[in-house]
Amino acid sequence: MKDQIYLYPLWIRIWHVVNALLFIALIFSGLSLQYSNNTFNLLPFDFAVSMHNISGITLSIAFVFFLFWNHFSGNGEHYRIKSKGYCAEVFRQFRYYAFGIFKNEKPPFPITEEQKFNPLQKFTYVMVMYVLLPLITLTGLGLFFPDILPDRMLGTTGIHFVDLIHIVTGFLLSIFMIIHIYFCTIGRTCSANFKSMITGWH
Amino acid sequence: MKKLLLMSICVLINLQLVSRTADEDAIAHSPANSKCFNCHGRPVYSYYNENLERDVSKRMNPYFLIDSVAYYNQNHKSFECTDCHSYDYNTFPHDNDLQMEPMPVCLDCHEGDDATAAFSFEKIDQEYQQSVHSTKHSGEFTCWMCHNPHSYKINARTNENIKETIVYDNNICLSCHADVNKYQLITSKEKPNIIKKHDWLPDQIAHFAHVRCIECHTHVSNNVLVAHQVLPKEQAVKKCVECHSQNSMLMASLYKFRAKESRNRLGFVNSSILKDAYVIGANRNYYLNILSGIIAGLVVLLIIIHALLRILSK
Repeated sequence: MKDQIYLYPLWIRIWHVVNALLFIALIFSGLSLQYSNNTFNLLPFDFAVSMHNISGITLSIAFVFFLFWNHFSGNGEHYRIKSKGYCAEVFRQFRYYAFGIFKNEKPPFPITEEQKFNPLQKFTYVMVMYVLLPLITLTGLGLFFPDILPDRMLGTTGIHFVDLIHIVTGFLLSIFMIIHIYFCTIGRTCSANFKSMITGWH
Repeated sequence: MKKLLLMSICVLINLQLVSRTADEDAIAHSPANSKCFNCHGRPVYSYYNENLERDVSKRMNPYFLIDSVAYYNQNHKSFECTDCHSYDYNTFPHDNDLQMEPMPVCLDCHEGDDATAAFSFEKIDQEYQQSVHSTKHSGEFTCWMCHNPHSYKINARTNENIKETIVYDNNICLSCHADVNKYQLITSKEKPNIIKKHDWLPDQIAHFAHVRCIECHTHVSNNVLVAHQVLPKEQAVKKCVECHSQNSMLMASLYKFRAKESRNRLGFVNSSILKDAYVIGANRNYYLNILSGIIAGLVVLLIIIHALLRILSK
């Protein structure tokens, strides 16, 4: 482990695996509810309702835990975006994934203890953790307690409007998960990043 | 003989309705009814007691108290009280035996009645005969158990406000199923606790506010506009997907009266539900479905191409 760095402390690894399992449960139960049918369902409707509710509430708690822990442990520094030259850095990273990687170029922003995420990764994670997750958590809570929602919003029922935001956000997070898992195969070996998330060492 | 008389009265009333629509109010507020409402429209009524030789005030039995405002806003508002009740009620004090008189039911007037053919009373009766209300209670159960003869107003067919229809129709069921005294008029069984019986139903409050009891508790058919065949409790709908699906049964029951739009211009399936409620599974969006399918497909395709190029470039 001489040339390895300890990148992911235990709390991040536990939070991450809990998040991953809850995401899978929420995507499956959410799809099952959205496309429920008399003939075929991924999961029985009532089971999917309970599964989605329990997983959603647990994910919300895990999210609040993440916000606090990230802030107080100092890990939040990795989520801070510098404004100067950041777009150019994102573009360099994007160019690497689109072309450089096939020419066996070296990654433009190698992982260090100070720079855990590359600029594109940082942008994605900030969007996921500080925009999409709050949005899906708040809309999910609204759907869980529909009495708190206004009767009408923008020409439709409040519950319908909030649900639209909820399912569109859920879709974007599902797409994130697919891309995230694929990008994790881009490491020293295909499985190296997955192992890092289990052991903590990169 | 009595039935024949009633039918003749009904035919006459229908003829009157056609010929005298302009002065309907005059019929509705007939002096004969005012005489009845003088006592039966007030919690306290007065009369001259010949034995005591003075006016006496008495409290009206609440079950014989008729809301005159509701009466003159209901379907049979043009009726005189004695169209259904005995003419002998014109005499006061009323003869006790009058309480024993049999009351007419819907078909006594509406059977074969062309003026109300659109309401399919005969088919409603066929459905009712097969419902548990008839098979388990036959004699004691009449149309009036649900449709109050003094206030019944057609609702689901004419009211655009679905929420009002839901409250109105559910109150009909609750008038017995949430009132132990009325429930015991036809059965000695203990009245089940509705809330506890529906414990299995997720988000009970939302369901009770957005659908009618009859959505799950009747056999829905194309014969009549409001289903009357109440099913035994074991046969009530318990599968969520009966409503929470693209071919939601709500479109054949609660939303039957709204213009049937399979999709609105924004692409929402079963869009007539959306004006009042949102039913997951039934209100998916056609265009969003296609768009999300294309995006997800493209993402997977790009990942496959990217992975293949990585393998090839190694």
